[in-house]
Amino acid sequence: MSQTQVFHTTAWSAGPGCHGGCGQKVYVEDGKMVRIEGDEAHPWSQGRSCPKVLALTQYMYHPDRITRPLKRVGARGEGRFEPISWDEALDTCEARMKDLRTKYGAESVVFAQGTGRDIGGPITLLCYSFGSPNWVQLGLSGHSCYTPRLGAMKGIFGDFAVADCSQFLEKRYADPQWVPPEIIITWGQDSTTGCPDGFFGHWVVDCMRLGTKIIAVDPRSTWLTSRALHHLQLRPGTDGALALAMINVIISEGLYDREFVEKWVHGFDQLAARAREYPLDKAAAITDLPAADIAAAARAFARAKQAAIQWGVPVDMCADGTSVAQAISCLTAITGNIDKPGGEVIARPSHGVTAYPFSTEELIKLYGEDLIKRMNEKRVGADKYPRVKNFRGWAQPDMVIDQIHSGKPYPIKGAWIQTANIIGGQAARAGFHLEAMQKLEFVVAVDLFHNPTTMALADIVLPAATFPEKNSIRSWWAPLLTIKKHVQVGECRSDWEINFAMAKRFNPEGLARWNSVEDMFDERLAPSGFTFRQLYEQGGWKMPEDGPSKPYRRHERGLLRMDGKPGFNTPTGKVEVYSETFKSWGLDPLPQYTEPPQSATATPDLYRKYPLIMITGARSQLFFHAEHRMIPWLREKMPDPYVEVHPDTAARYGVYDGEWVYLENDMGRVKRKVKVSRRVKAGHVHTMHGWWMPEREGKAPDLFGVWDYQINKIIPGPQSSTSGFGGGQYKTTLCTLTKIEH
Amino acid sequence: MARYAILIDHDYCTGCHTCEVACQQEHSYPVGTNGVTVREYEYEANGRVKIDYLPFFTEHCDFCTARLARQEQPACVKHCQARCMEFGLSNDLGETMKERPRAALFTHVPHR
Repeated sequence: MSQTQVFHTTAWSAGPGCHGGCGQKVYVEDGKMVRIEGDEAHPWSQGRSCPKVLALTQYMYHPDRITRPLKRVGARGEGRFEPISWDEALDTCEARMKDLRTKYGAESVVFAQGTGRDIGGPITLLCYSFGSPNWVQLGLSGHSCYTPRLGAMKGIFGDFAVADCSQFLEKRYADPQWVPPEIIITWGQDSTTGCPDGFFGHWVVDCMRLGTKIIAVDPRSTWLTSRALHHLQLRPGTDGALALAMINVIISEGLYDREFVEKWVHGFDQLAARAREYPLDKAAAITDLPAADIAAAARAFARAKQAAIQWGVPVDMCADGTSVAQAISCLTAITGNIDKPGGEVIARPSHGVTAYPFSTEELIKLYGEDLIKRMNEKRVGADKYPRVKNFRGWAQPDMVIDQIHSGKPYPIKGAWIQTANIIGGQAARAGFHLEAMQKLEFVVAVDLFHNPTTMALADIVLPAATFPEKNSIRSWWAPLLTIKKHVQVGECRSDWEINFAMAKRFNPEGLARWNSVEDMFDERLAPSGFTFRQLYEQGGWKMPEDGPSKPYRRHERGLLRMDGKPGFNTPTGKVEVYSETFKSWGLDPLPQYTEPPQSATATPDLYRKYPLIMITGARSQLFFHAEHRMIPWLREKMPDPYVEVHPDTAARYGVYDGEWVYLENDMGRVKRKVKVSRRVKAGHVHTMHGWWMPEREGKAPDLFGVWDYQINKIIPGPQSSTSGFGGGQYKTTLCTLTKIEH
Repeated sequence: MARYAILIDHDYCTGCHTCEVACQQEHSYPVGTNGVTVREYEYEANGRVKIDYLPFFTEHCDFCTARLARQEQPACVKHCQARCMEFGLSNDLGETMKERPRAALFTHVPHR
């Protein structure tokens, strides 16, 4: 019998697909991973795991996994690919991309990724080594995923912040410095369904066991809302009005933290005046909530000694999502809950190490101010939207796809797509995305399985590694982590290996000082005092030492500002509920509410035709976005895409539980199986996104059945926002239900 | 006589499916076979919609005897994200159960 070896590593990205962070033990026999289990010694997940990780053997060794580089040999969509060597694949990419650069300029190639995975690091390295300013989450309307929230926090706190569930402390819940939040507002998030944005979802459940009460802001009913002190079941997309009304209650009733506000808040009077525009009766009418419930929730939050807000992507997907995130951040500010135990703590990359750049400052640190300034000028959307120019470095996705289609103001001719199934996943107006992207002259897809995007568009497919097959580093808040390679599958390579090799071809001088990816990791890890090998060998994780990356009350101790003075990292040194930064960019310095672009009041005629508000995109522990439908242990637990329909709605439309129907609007129709459920209110329906059928025909036009099931086909664009970030209409689009006649 | 048992603090079961896949991996069970299946319950109480979950153990559950021999927790108990499962002897867990507002104690004689 062969011997089993056990190694530790960290999960992030390919495999479970997720935002990662948990510690896992990899069991290896004869070079093959035979089992995976949660690592008890790991402070993040404390031995726990999830369905997607525990099904990883079925993912890594799936018969359909792409394990060699491929080139397309038929026409696009014909589904004919042939294996080629890595040398031929990279030579082809280099030649074709350099050709586009010569003919149309480096900006003519876009570098597209999906969500917050271990891609942001390698793809920016490649994008900027090539010389393109266009790094983008292509398809994600309004970049409506965390970037609006990050932008709002940066403008108000001068930093990012996160609900304090003791995740920065080695002893976690047992650390005497920490206290559980009295209240956590779960705002637009069912924390039990996954681990987004550097946050292990079940930390909220851990806190509930320790006494934390929940205020749930969610149009649906869930396990979490069932157990909430207050469930604010609002009309989708009206979160901004709710937050402003809560601010108004807290200020007008004198429930704010006077001492903190006096000492640390800038623009309180202006905020108070803005919030007065949202009295309870007005907010109640907008949100469909009882006024008394809004007031009670606001009071409970304000009266808590320490309270946190754990929020989700629906905030970003409100019209003007950044402004909604501003309003919610103001709730934290006026109650003095910033950077205190059990509150909302400033979150910086662990040890000051950058793995995935989250801010312009980090991009400058990695790639130099000259380059980033040049990139800021040419990035798609930078001339229209100051936040696109000044915050984080993303091109504006809705404008990128329009520009691919129109060729104006400059042509976009190539795309490097890294583990992002744009057509089957995040693309609002998915059909238009395919039509536009078919115009591209050269498309590379780095991925693990064929999907509608690789099938329809890829000229070259490069096989990517899952997390047990790769080396990487992670500094997404805390702790600082290594991801360590323990097995090899086929010829798959890590995203870092692939992009490092390509970047060397485009910018040999810039990368000359590193012979390997690990050399580069060592340089990036330098602020921690560890090399990659050292960090791995001492356990693979390290919590931040006392300093800028570790709570609490860093503003009092002069740990947040470059000048070393006490205060926050903002122009005034205070928490700017009236944001001077936004003002200087020509944006509203105060939060405001904008009605969803489609609604009974905004578009009454459309509402008469399509009287159901369609919420999409609630998460599942079984699938990560558009992935995992081919994994047997996961798919058997949710074989079909369903739509939640309230019993009254089902009766009105004459549909029964288990019946297949169309969800339909002027953009088209999509198949769903009815699940009659009181989880949604009458008048709302909810359905999951990311559905395509790996078992169906891959070649065009079927593309794995994507046009039957891709809900984002009927989500309109472009985004609804004044800043370019936020306002993807994924939660507020109107539709109707139609029976499928046989 | 005390028997092996699992105590479910089912007020805390979030329906995350982790126990199910943990069991299937541990036993290399094919699709359609599982030692534990989680069911959802939707009802109304006090004017609110309640969503509860409860794991049900099938006759494919062997309490992970192979793991017990290695001093390891059953795979479902170890990986549970909500930490709502406890493994032990039925008598002991019966005592623990008295402190839980809502709980279910499962035991059986595993098929071997």
